[in-house]
Amino acid sequence: MANGAVTQTQHIPYLAQKGLKSWILTTDHKRIGILYLITISFFFMIAGLTALGMRYELMTPELDFFRTATEYNVAFTIHGSLMVFFFIVPGIAASFGNFLIPLMIGARDVAFPRINLLSFWIYLVGTAILLFALAQPADTGWTFYTPYSIQTGTKVIMITLGVFVLGFSSILTGMNFIVTIHKLRAPGMTWSRLPLFIWASYATAILQLLATPVVGITLLLLIAERAFDIGFFDPAKGGDPILFQNFFWFYSHPAVYIMVIPAFGIISEIIPVFARKPIFGYKAIAYSSFAIAIISFFVWLHHMFVSGISETAAAIFSFLTMLVAIPTAVKVFNWTATLYKGSIDFHSSMLYALSFIVLFTVGGLTGVYLGALAVDVHLHDTYFIVAHMHYVMIGGTVMGFFGALHFWYQKWFGKVFNELVAKAAWFLIFVGFNVTFFPQFFMGYQGMPRRYATYPEEYISYHALSTYGSWILGLGILIMTVNLLIPLWKKGRPESSNPYGSLSLEWQVPSPPPHENFDEIPTVTDWTYAYGKK
Amino acid sequence: MSSTAEHAEGHAHGHGLGETVTHNAAKFGMWLFLGTEILLFGGLFAAYALFRAKFPDLFYESHKKLDITLGAVNTIVLIFSSFTMALAVSASQKRNRKWLIILLAVTFICGAAFGVNKYFEYSAKFHHHIFPETNIFFALYFMMTGLHMLHVFVGMGIIFALIIMAKQGRFKEGNRYTPVEVGGLYWHLVDLIWIYLFPLLYLIG
Repeated sequence: MANGAVTQTQHIPYLAQKGLKSWILTTDHKRIGILYLITISFFFMIAGLTALGMRYELMTPELDFFRTATEYNVAFTIHGSLMVFFFIVPGIAASFGNFLIPLMIGARDVAFPRINLLSFWIYLVGTAILLFALAQPADTGWTFYTPYSIQTGTKVIMITLGVFVLGFSSILTGMNFIVTIHKLRAPGMTWSRLPLFIWASYATAILQLLATPVVGITLLLLIAERAFDIGFFDPAKGGDPILFQNFFWFYSHPAVYIMVIPAFGIISEIIPVFARKPIFGYKAIAYSSFAIAIISFFVWLHHMFVSGISETAAAIFSFLTMLVAIPTAVKVFNWTATLYKGSIDFHSSMLYALSFIVLFTVGGLTGVYLGALAVDVHLHDTYFIVAHMHYVMIGGTVMGFFGALHFWYQKWFGKVFNELVAKAAWFLIFVGFNVTFFPQFFMGYQGMPRRYATYPEEYISYHALSTYGSWILGLGILIMTVNLLIPLWKKGRPESSNPYGSLSLEWQVPSPPPHENFDEIPTVTDWTYAYGKK
Repeated sequence: MSSTAEHAEGHAHGHGLGETVTHNAAKFGMWLFLGTEILLFGGLFAAYALFRAKFPDLFYESHKKLDITLGAVNTIVLIFSSFTMALAVSASQKRNRKWLIILLAVTFICGAAFGVNKYFEYSAKFHHHIFPETNIFFALYFMMTGLHMLHVFVGMGIIFALIIMAKQGRFKEGNRYTPVEVGGLYWHLVDLIWIYLFPLLYLIG
């Protein structure tokens, strides 16, 4: 594998062609990646603003910003369902997955470029249905729990239909990636040389294939329940509301790993480059993604410890839940070992990667807390859960996503952002995030329940602190976004195609890469992480 | 390793992928997709198991109102159509266009016959005021057979497209019968699911 920059000027970049048609009918995986990136960023923005509104409401114990409690319920339903289904589930997997997988394995595109486009179009149809649904939003929360979701007067069918349609997109993308990774690797790109992002994407795709259909049928049943008045989940008609929860979490717990495993992959790419060391424990990191994927199918009941399940089942699932911590910790230890005695460059993407390790560890360890039965009964449905989940999702996935944006920015867009501003934005995001969510551990532990628009006086200082934090976080994200958007309107290309000296294949092509990526399919002769050997 | 050989072939044709790679990729992709279909129905099977264990009598009494003859005829029709589909794949591999079109058409007609049968079954139920909301058994009956029927329609759409492609002479050369084989896989799954639905719904002992 050549380690060196290629001449930047001799290729026509894939971005050269202009016009709407060249975008919406594109089968180029890099362009489809951009289309996903734009859409998920849009939903991230809407859902983020809703969160700021909720935090603003919670600054004082009384209802002041929203007019009714239902409005607040609607706000957290929008925040939750948009963030989960429209941003974070398709997020890294579809945007960076599309951009990176063919480049990293040395292919010209994914195995089924047209299905890839179809998948994006289905995603768009899903988002269109969702935007339509937002005109009369539901107030069920993102979990759509029965029997409330059957009884509520708000419109549940549209939003669930939107999520159902998204599922197709997720399945097709997962299928496409698995086939691509199996069939299109360049000569010499053996399984033991594959970049870890590819391993992570593969594990994610398996989860997408196995879990998504189950949430599909669940939502379909929920729609039928409301439309045809049947009673699968209605105890009055002999149905079982717990069945809904079982179905829902059978998908939604693995979905947590659909959200976070791609971020694991990204961290595994960034850290060795900026530590200038081969990744430590390559095989352990690769296989642990699969271990997590498999175990994640056998832990869903931990969301239901207080739903009236049998004690035996609860005890078994409590044990299984804690098992997930093992492969996850294997990753964290290996990343840390990679850093050990490395010559570390604190590039902005590296700062995000390092914050990932710290914050995700907090999120992960509190997850073990919550897996413990007795503790969970106390903490269930409190802000402790909210804090835990956001440490995993923002501290984990979003940090990974931001890190990826900064790391592959030059490659993807062929522009250079201001590194100093990027670092400042990172600092605000890191501080703002912790100020927002760390107090929530304490107030949750002291009994503050989630999903309420009002609360007793005694929690005011925690809530106020959390709200101030959300402003710092929001400001940081705003600065980061502007910093990444401005260069797009500037002329010129980066001087080097491989500024960070990465050994991975995507850095061996010009920035931005030409259409179909490689003039000639490269022959891989060495490991992706052989830093320091040469 | 065979994949390296495939690659060598794949990239010999300039920037396109070779036929072997395309063929294997398409089949692999379809198998993965079929896996997701089984999980989709898996949710319904799980609900069925739960409610049948909970209400064995209700299931026994309600299933008597289903028409076993019509169900059995449909089972035979679908199994026969899977047979003709398999023959169609074989005909396409032998580049026998005439038989390919005939066999695909027979498969399509079987699918249509299945639909017509189902239409009469559903109408009879509605006529006797049996609807999805009647009880959990019929809710499951309509959901399971309805979702299956939807798959039959999609399958018929695929077969129709294959007939048109065959008429245009698309499967004449090389390994280009891939779409027929992949479409065939899908049709067999539709058949397979029905083979489970029939005893679960019609033959409760």
